[in-house]
Amino acid sequence: MLAYLIRRLFAAAVMLVVIIMVVFGIFFLVPKWAGVDIAASFVGKQADPAAVEAVREKLGLSDPVHLQAWEFFKGIFAGRTFATGGDVVHCSAPCFGYSFKSEQAVWPVLTDRFPVTLGLALGAAVLWLVFGVAAGVLSALKRGSLWDRSAMVVALAGVSLPIYFTGMLSLATFAFGLKWFDAQYVPLGQSLGGWFGGMILPWITLAFLYAAMYARITRATMMEVLGEDYIRTARAKGLRERTVIGKHAMRSTMTPILTMLGMDLGALIGGAILTESTFNLPGLGQAVLNAIRNQDLPIILGVVLITSLSVLLANLVVDVLYAVIDPRVRLT
Amino acid sequence: MTEPGRSGAPVDGPAAASPSAASPAPSAFLDVRDLRVHFPTDDGLVKSVDGLSFRLERGRTLGIVGESGSGKSVTSLGIMGLHTAGRYGRRKARVSGEIWLNGTELLSVGADHVRKLRGREMAMIFQDPLSALHPYYTIGEQIVEAYRIHHDVGKKAARKRAIEMLDRVGIPQPDKRVDNYPHEFSGGMRQRAMIAMSLVNNPELLIADEPTTALDVTVQAQILDLIRDLQEEFGSAVIVITHDLGVVAELADDILVMYGGRCIERGPAEQVFHEPRHPYTWGLLGSMPRLDREQQDRLVPVKGSPPSLINLPSGCAFNPRCPYADVPKDDLSRTVRPELTEVGDRHWAACHMTQEQRERIWTEEIAPRL
Amino acid sequence: MTTQRTSGRRKQALAAAALVAGLLATAACGSSGGGKTSDAGYDAAGNKVVNAGTTKGGTLKFAGTQDGDSWDTTRSYYGFAWNFMRYYSRQLVTYKTEPGKSGAALQPDLATDMGKVSDGGKTYTFTLRDGISWEDGKPITSKDVKYGIERQWAQDVLSGGPVYLKDILDPNGEYQGPYQDESADKLGLKAVETPDDKTIVFHLPQVNSDFPQMLAMPSASPVRQDKDTKSKYGLHPFSSGPYKFESYEPGKSLELVRNTQWKDTSDPVRKAYPDTVSVKFFSNANDMDQRLIAGDYDLDLSQSGMSPQGRQTALKQHKGNLDNPLSGYVRYAVFPQNVKPFDNEHCRKAVIHGADHLSLQTARGGPVAGGDIGTNMLPPTVPGTEGREYDPFALAGADKNGNIAKAKEELIACGKPDGFGTTIAVRNNKPVEVATAQSLQASLKKIGVDAQIDQYDGSQTSGIVGSPSNVEKKGYGIIIDGWAADFPSVQGFGRPLWDSKYILESGNNNYALIKDEAIDELFDAYAKELDEGSKGRIARQINHKVMEGAYYLPFTYEKYLNWRSSRLTNVYMTDAYNGYDFISLGLKSSK
Ligand SMILES: Nc1ncnc2c1ncn2[C@@H]1O[C@H](COP(=O)(O)OP(=O)(O)OP(=O)(O)O)[C@@H](O)[C@H]1O
Ligand code: SF4
Ligand SMILES: [Mg+2]
Repeated sequence: MLAYLIRRLFAAAVMLVVIIMVVFGIFFLVPKWAGVDIAASFVGKQADPAAVEAVREKLGLSDPVHLQAWEFFKGIFAGRTFATGGDVVHCSAPCFGYSFKSEQAVWPVLTDRFPVTLGLALGAAVLWLVFGVAAGVLSALKRGSLWDRSAMVVALAGVSLPIYFTGMLSLATFAFGLKWFDAQYVPLGQSLGGWFGGMILPWITLAFLYAAMYARITRATMMEVLGEDYIRTARAKGLRERTVIGKHAMRSTMTPILTMLGMDLGALIGGAILTESTFNLPGLGQAVLNAIRNQDLPIILGVVLITSLSVLLANLVVDVLYAVIDPRVRLT
Repeated sequence: MTEPGRSGAPVDGPAAASPSAASPAPSAFLDVRDLRVHFPTDDGLVKSVDGLSFRLERGRTLGIVGESGSGKSVTSLGIMGLHTAGRYGRRKARVSGEIWLNGTELLSVGADHVRKLRGREMAMIFQDPLSALHPYYTIGEQIVEAYRIHHDVGKKAARKRAIEMLDRVGIPQPDKRVDNYPHEFSGGMRQRAMIAMSLVNNPELLIADEPTTALDVTVQAQILDLIRDLQEEFGSAVIVITHDLGVVAELADDILVMYGGRCIERGPAEQVFHEPRHPYTWGLLGSMPRLDREQQDRLVPVKGSPPSLINLPSGCAFNPRCPYADVPKDDLSRTVRPELTEVGDRHWAACHMTQEQRERIWTEEIAPRL
Repeated sequence: MTTQRTSGRRKQALAAAALVAGLLATAACGSSGGGKTSDAGYDAAGNKVVNAGTTKGGTLKFAGTQDGDSWDTTRSYYGFAWNFMRYYSRQLVTYKTEPGKSGAALQPDLATDMGKVSDGGKTYTFTLRDGISWEDGKPITSKDVKYGIERQWAQDVLSGGPVYLKDILDPNGEYQGPYQDESADKLGLKAVETPDDKTIVFHLPQVNSDFPQMLAMPSASPVRQDKDTKSKYGLHPFSSGPYKFESYEPGKSLELVRNTQWKDTSDPVRKAYPDTVSVKFFSNANDMDQRLIAGDYDLDLSQSGMSPQGRQTALKQHKGNLDNPLSGYVRYAVFPQNVKPFDNEHCRKAVIHGADHLSLQTARGGPVAGGDIGTNMLPPTVPGTEGREYDPFALAGADKNGNIAKAKEELIACGKPDGFGTTIAVRNNKPVEVATAQSLQASLKKIGVDAQIDQYDGSQTSGIVGSPSNVEKKGYGIIIDGWAADFPSVQGFGRPLWDSKYILESGNNNYALIKDEAIDELFDAYAKELDEGSKGRIARQINHKVMEGAYYLPFTYEKYLNWRSSRLTNVYMTDAYNGYDFISLGLKSSK
């Protein structure tokens, strides 16, 4: 088990390096092929070539890509010093550099925004798990019924409607119309009620999408599991149907659900872009959206790194959890 | 057509086939009367079991044989009440007739009552022990659960009982293996564990639905021995279901042969095995594995395919496959459904041939070739 | 299969958008509560002061969809940021706090007067006021002003802002900037002298009548050397104005509080009514507009118009809270002369005559959200303008739907009686511009001009359409673009566009490649002319020359819809920033 974990962690580290290389590549090579100049967009309207060159120098864009990547790695573990035109800044580890756009250090941006995204993802996950799984189980037990069919129609809507739409709809209804929630982000440390009031609509909106997916998968899995021989065995023992469903069938149904949950949570750390921008949540998704707009590589890299890390971690946790749930899986 | 009337007779006559509400509580331990299990499907009503009756006493073993799809499993699940428990969706199985178990009629008594009987009064062993055991729980947990539903005991006591049962069914080091998961057991051990789980509550009726099909030959024999020993020890009534006449010949006191959801021959094992009186049973005997033959051709199934359960052939359901369909006069085989008639001592068969015709064909054509 | 699915999705999205718009309209209706009786009326702040008042206190709440490009006075090029910077920075001279045209006039700020001009306009001497101080109470000195200006030379560290002063004071680029400055006080810029703490003298190598305009830009603000955090300065600039940075989280929020060291007696411009000025940034423009309408915020920081849905709701239910000012932009098509046949002025005229100006205006958003049909290239907010009176091609008059007959004549004169083929270049990130290109394409078809549309990466303008050789290679005969003045003068607006000296290999703005000696001379004359009336006349002459050359097809003088909360006092639009004059705003009640 320990050896397995070490091996997996090592693989994860290699994976991260590859991901960073790819992002670097995309960021530097694609514009080069397309013949465009990132530095020019950081100079004002009167972009004279010397100023563009100076900016390119300052952003480190004139060094070869592998050198930049190496500097970047070094910065994370050992810190690095940025020096241009008389401006010398030491950035201590973990150094992810400075935003091209706002000049703020990337690491505090990440640590500041991470909790917002985490709160969004976790809160939504609780909702979608509870409602998605419950709806899926009910649908499986009452398959073909009016409930089942309407639940599946709603679920179809949930997976196909864009977040921006459901988000604006919920804002229009609950924030501007009924005025139940203020729907403006307030940090948790500042006010619990305010935080809740700001997060509830994003949670519901995001959860709606995922609950829909989870309901469909729960339904399908549950129906499959109910056809298993061991469910019949459980009934043959004289178990109450409650126990048969709630214990024997649920245990098997939850296995694929948990796998999905791990992946989804991991991906959401960087992927709640639409929800965050619809609800103006100052999370990582919003940051990366702005960064892409501003061609702000250091922020993009930071978020991509955090996201990849959390996806990889989630993968690992899922694998370990899987072994705990399913005794047939052995981690060797 | 008279009631055989012998006390302890495991198999009764067709009289029991009339499902009258006024029928008195029977004296037999298990009395199945005119059992019908029909499934509504998109293609039509599947009559998987259609008018099946039999009796079984404690301490006796009934073998039910028949080819795949003849309704053996549906019958046993019907007795266990598992067609109605946990059936989701709009299409429910339709179960009718009467199932008397120890003086209680199971189809009318209420689902929860039947649930409480399940696992305690009647238990079942399934064909494939791997898929029938929950992969995520240990053998011990599953046996303990089976015990504690019906017995108000603590976990420790239940665990002791589970180990005891595992020991009894011949699992070595039961105190260790009790904590293993099903996938850590071999096929034969799994079936032993399954048996231990079924017997943990000392049920009076044990239904073994093809208990050895998934196992290899040497293990098969051990499991059959185990079932026989346990039956002697616990004195339960046992129903053994199989395709294989050989298995029941060894194990059963009586044999019931099913075809297309109905009984076409039944009687004491000796008689059905040595003097079968129905062409379908002859076919089954012909497909029996024999020690003196090569393994390759051991299974010569009855020619033709099983009948549609939605539209049974008219007349005798077996007639499209029966080599002797033209023997009975007036084309009876194709027009009139043959009833079970007594063809020997407590021995019944459903065929239009006369006693003479049957005996002649058996002695002259069939027996010599077996 | 796939396409069907996409179109289904598309339809779904459209239906969804429509539904949301409807819902938002009703929601906002429900929330208005009918309490807004004091709306001053539609477009009321366009030319006069709305809700004049002197109440102090309260929090003035900005909302924005875009953070400033930088809050470092040296590094910003966004108009709204320049407007906002007056809260925490002062300049030698600045714009008058008056509505409309007079808002574009200058007045002394840190300086006691508009400067003593000597040496035929080449020397400006300013004296600083008494009582001016930094946020830590230390007085603002002439050296601080000089240091602040010198920062423009450090383009390698402080990129992004305008460099007019650098170009004018040091045209040969001799000074290396304060960070590379060898001298002890880092004040090595020769063209500026600070004989004492109160006096600052500028020596211009050449006369430039717009020099005071350049001193009014935030990039001429004082910066104190010991507070200069170089590239990080924009995260917390050190205040010389009535407010100072309390907190700033880029992309999230910004809060200014009173700078208690600032004395109103030392400042003739800034009234500083609110106690606090806050900005909250939104990533969802629609949500922001709903909150403006609901009264959670007072005005839009970026002063660039509401989202289509917000616009709808506001026009329907709160028209009295809206103003419809000019943005300062002219939207137009320009014809590069290095792409044939646009080297021939008759072919250019053919396109101008052939275009349907009304449908171009509609594509830009119509008269309210898009603006008036532009009739010439000098926007109505720039001194010297004749506005729409000057309409040499009858674009807003008789020929507003185009004049095919005239277009055909010009085609014949051009030697292309059957028309020709060309390419329209348009930024891919501006849907309105793409729509405009399509409208132009459609009307040109009628005169036999077959135009292909090429959408290019809008974030890479300077390398694509800003490179004449690339324009020629791609055959961009028509480029869709827009332009606004950095400071209100024909020089600030037109020199980069029309002066042949401003043609660059990359980052070029003279897309038409106008090489007209007469125009170049007029600009030189303008720079030497110190009389305002004569300056206006020269501006008109330049404008006429440009129009006569038929280098441009103007579409609109852009307008936008601007939200003004009923809480605000002293609201008016100024031509200096083409938005509300932030520094004058106050609140009706201090709560
Ligand atoms: N739930 C159901 N719905 C429809 N048809 C069913 C259902 N359950 C069983 N059947 C049908 O009833 C028939 C009898 O099935 P059953 O399982 O009893 O056969 P069997 O005799 O046990 O066969 P095997 O030897 O293969 O186990 C089969 O044709 C089967 O398809
Ligand atoms: S009734 Fe006829 S068809 Fe049926 S088994 Fe007897 S002989 Fe064959
Ligand atoms: Mg079966």
